[in-house]
Amino acid sequence: MAQATSSPPDIIDEQAPARRSYNSDAAGLGRLRAGMFVAPALLLIAAFLVFPALWVLYLGLTNYRLTGIAAAEPQFVGPANFLDAVSNPVFWDSTWLTVQFVLGSAVIGQVGLGFTIAWLLRDRRGPLKRLVEGLVILAWILPSAVVSFLWVALLDRDGGTLNALLGLPGFAWLLDHPMLSIIIFNTWRGTAFSMMLYGAALGNVPPSHLESARLAGASGWQQLRDVVFPHIRGHILTNLLLISLWTFNDFTPFLITAGGPDGRSEILAVHVYKVALQSGELGYGAAVSTVILLINLVVAVFYLRLLRSKK
Amino acid sequence: MTARFVAGRIGFYTLIAVLLAFFTIPLLWLATAPFTSDPTYEVAVPDFTWENFQAVVEHPYALPSLYNSLVLSVGTAVLVVAMAALAAYALSRVRMPGRDALLYALLLLSSIITGTAAMVPLFQLAVELNLIDSQLGLILILTGGLLPAAIFMLKDFMDSTPKSYEESARVFGASPLQIVRHVVVPLVRPGLATIAVWAVANVWGNFLMPYLLLSDVEKQPAAVITYTLYTEGGQANLRMLSTFGLLYSVPVVLMYLFVSKKYGFRFHGGIKR
Repeated sequence: MAQATSSPPDIIDEQAPARRSYNSDAAGLGRLRAGMFVAPALLLIAAFLVFPALWVLYLGLTNYRLTGIAAAEPQFVGPANFLDAVSNPVFWDSTWLTVQFVLGSAVIGQVGLGFTIAWLLRDRRGPLKRLVEGLVILAWILPSAVVSFLWVALLDRDGGTLNALLGLPGFAWLLDHPMLSIIIFNTWRGTAFSMMLYGAALGNVPPSHLESARLAGASGWQQLRDVVFPHIRGHILTNLLLISLWTFNDFTPFLITAGGPDGRSEILAVHVYKVALQSGELGYGAAVSTVILLINLVVAVFYLRLLRSKK
Repeated sequence: MTARFVAGRIGFYTLIAVLLAFFTIPLLWLATAPFTSDPTYEVAVPDFTWENFQAVVEHPYALPSLYNSLVLSVGTAVLVVAMAALAAYALSRVRMPGRDALLYALLLLSSIITGTAAMVPLFQLAVELNLIDSQLGLILILTGGLLPAAIFMLKDFMDSTPKSYEESARVFGASPLQIVRHVVVPLVRPGLATIAVWAVANVWGNFLMPYLLLSDVEKQPAAVITYTLYTEGGQANLRMLSTFGLLYSVPVVLMYLFVSKKYGFRFHGGIKR
């Protein structure tokens, strides 16, 4: 952006009004003005998004702590935190739990359920479609602090509605099956996005292709496999990458199980919070954040490449 | 054929019924417990009392926290819309060197730098800049996080609006800021409204950042108060919690209904962070 503010076209613009209509600077915004328009946004992005991302790379290499001497003057310790992480079983447990969380709730749960709902309702109009979609979207838009508590109540061992309905008194969802609980919860909460995306994507599958497949005697599954899936493959891929990214970074499970019991639902997002801000090991937490950042980067680059190749 | 058709219908409605149950049952508690005098975790038919709402009104932090949520989300939305509109306008209308790279970088940033990845440096930054317990500081941090996606969405929007009005305004001697205010803003109002609602919804539901950066209970938004209501003392106050949860939820539902009625609900790649 630096060159934009110092380049001359602003002056040229003033001196040669006849050229203006041919210029791409339609509103007579010179580059100087354009730079001024962009600057406030870039300043905030630099301060509160880019800087933290770069700073976390450095903090991960220090022994920075919340309290004590290393709080005031953190020392550079090199890759020590990363070595600690790879030799820490909790880190690997967290990583494995995160994989379960992403695969279970995003890949299988949200994509599977989102597609199923979109497919079931594909030819429908009217109240039933609106009701189902409305409820799914409601789960998505309600504040996480509220819906997470709704699930705590629903899954409670002794007084929860689910055990009463299923006739399973004493089944300890949150204590004995914390991962299953948050996977089901996140499926419930996040399916709306996939449902809407597949609803739109299915609208673009030419009905004539489906019709001819049906006439040729293809079963429902064959129609899906040979007509629908090839047609919406791009949507499925981008959807998978995007919701995996969101789920990977989702902190909401903390509101349900706080990572427990005994760290058995301590996914990486929760792990960072616990080690950094509860135990005060900020340097170590920053190192784990660095790992998260790098994984995010890889997934996001794939996602953007897919988006570009579609256009 | 007919037997198969009937079986298909039965299968369809069974599946729909299961789906409806799955998505409805967790919400039933929120719909009933606030109106029940002594709610338990289990969903029960309410006896339609209004006492719980009385309790929320009297709670020292409940209503103020809703006000705090309002301040945070409206403050952030105003900043996001204003800054993103200016930036998106400039990026849409002026060919700057490196513009495409900048936009690509913005899109990349908005998806990779999340609360989880940046919580430690943001916490440290807030400590160093004395922004702990500062609502304005939190607003600035949240704005920084939402801006890239907002700029990207708005630029798309502005690219599709005609430039001829701006050119005639220019001929009549309007300054670029006047053009933005009187020509561009009216043209892209639906886009601005979408961004504003998206920002409000994002901040309204955000838990992690206020939880991290606001320790003064008088400054905390509803998300944090809800969480403390059910963790304090081990025993959750279900009357408070359900009623407050309902009050905290209603604004986003109304906003959603308003948006989908007025603009039709179009969703964008980055609508949720």
